[in-house]
Amino acid sequence: MYEFTYIKPGSLPEASDLLTRHEGAKPLSGGMTLIPTLKQRLSQPSHLVDLTGLAALKGIALVEGRLEIGAATRHVEVATSTVVRESLPALAALAAGIGDPQVRNRGTMGGSVANNDPAADYPSAVLGLAATVHTDRRSIAADDFFQGMFATALEPGELITRISFPLPERAAYAKFPHPASGYAMTGVFIAVTGGVVRVAVTGAGPGVFRWTDAEAALQASFSPAAIAGLEVDATDLNADIHAPAAYRANLVRVMALRALETLQTSSKGQ
Amino acid sequence: MSQVSLTVNGKAVSVDVEDRTLLSSVLRENLGLTGTHIGCDTSQCGACTVHLDGRVVKSCTVLAVQAAGSDVMTIEGLAPSHDPSGATLHPVQQAFSECHALQCGFCTPGMIMAVTGLLKDTPDPDEQQIIHGLEGNLCRCTGYVNIVKAVKQAASALRA
Repeated sequence: MYEFTYIKPGSLPEASDLLTRHEGAKPLSGGMTLIPTLKQRLSQPSHLVDLTGLAALKGIALVEGRLEIGAATRHVEVATSTVVRESLPALAALAAGIGDPQVRNRGTMGGSVANNDPAADYPSAVLGLAATVHTDRRSIAADDFFQGMFATALEPGELITRISFPLPERAAYAKFPHPASGYAMTGVFIAVTGGVVRVAVTGAGPGVFRWTDAEAALQASFSPAAIAGLEVDATDLNADIHAPAAYRANLVRVMALRALETLQTSSKGQ
Repeated sequence: MSQVSLTVNGKAVSVDVEDRTLLSSVLRENLGLTGTHIGCDTSQCGACTVHLDGRVVKSCTVLAVQAAGSDVMTIEGLAPSHDPSGATLHPVQQAFSECHALQCGFCTPGMIMAVTGLLKDTPDPDEQQIIHGLEGNLCRCTGYVNIVKAVKQAASALRA
C-alpha cells in the first residue's frame, strides 16, 4: 500500500468538505473493495475519509411505505434485519448471498452501490426496484444513477446517504455465483412494483442493465413460459477466462427463470 | 502515524502505526500474536480471520486505525475465553483435533475463528449452512469433509 492519511470525520458536512478540499481523497466505507485495491497498489489516494462513524448514514426504517436504508448499513444488517425480511425479503436474501460472512460483516450498501462493480449484487436490486439514491446533495433515480462499468452519476465528493426502496408486490433475485469469488457471473432481479415488471441484470454486462424484452413479455404474461423462448443478445456482454459472452447470455435467461420459480413458490419472493 | 488503542484478547493495548498498517500486521508484528496467519494477502483465503467486536473479519482487510477502540479476539484468546484457566481447548478446537479437520494446519486458526462466529449465529447448522458459512475460508488439504464433521461435533458440544 502507498502511504495515505486516514481521517474519521464526525459529521457528513465535514466528510464532504474533506473530500472536496483534497483532490486525492477517497471515501472509505466497509473497505471490502477499496482495501484490496490499495494493497495491490492499483490506487493511490492522499487521504481516506472513513464514513462508518457517521450517524446520518445509519439505520433501516419503513417510512411512508418505503424501505429506507442508510448508506453505511452493513450487508449482515440488511440480511438479518426483521424489517427488511418482512417488507422486502428478496433484498434480505440478496444481502445474505453477497461474498462471504467476513465480507458481509464489513461491506456496506452505500459502498457497493457507489462502487458499481459490474458483478456486484446490490445494483440489480436498486435498478430492479426503481429505488431512489439519496446523496448529500440531491436524489437520483436508479435509471439515471448507474452509468456502466464502475461509473455512476455521483460527482466528485458527492456521498450517498441512503437508498429508498419502494415495496414491491413481488420480487426475487437469482444469481450464478463465480465458484471462487462469489461475485455474480450473472444475477437477475425481478420485481413487480405497482403492477409494473422490471428485470435488472448484473454480472453479465459492463454494468447493471434492464432486460427490457423480458419486462415486456412478463408484463403481458407473468410466467416462465413468457420468457423461456427469449434470446439475449450477447454482443455487448462480458467475456473473460470464466465465461464467454454467449454463456452469460444464456445465464441471463436461466437466472431469470430461477427467480420466477422462487416467485411461484412464495407469494412475496424469498 | 497514529496511536491506536484497542482491546486484544481481553487486554488493553496501544500501538503507534502508520495509517496504512493492516490489523493483521499489528497482531503479528507489534503484538507477537502469530497464530493469525497471512495466507493470500488478497483478501480471499480467510487464514487471517479474527473477531472484531464479536464479528468475523479478515484482519488483512481491515486497517489498524479502523479498529481503534474495538475489541479483537484472535486464536490465542479463544481457549481462555471459554476456560479462563487456559487448561482446556475451546470446543471448536477440540472438535478439529478429534475429527482430524486439518492436515498442514495453515488455514486452521482462521477456520476455527470463522466456525466460532458461524456457531454463534447458527447454533445448529445443517451441512449447507456450514458450507455457506465457511465460504470465506479456503483449505487446500482436507477437501473440507472433516472440517464439516468437526463443525457438527463442535455445534453439539456447544449446545450441550
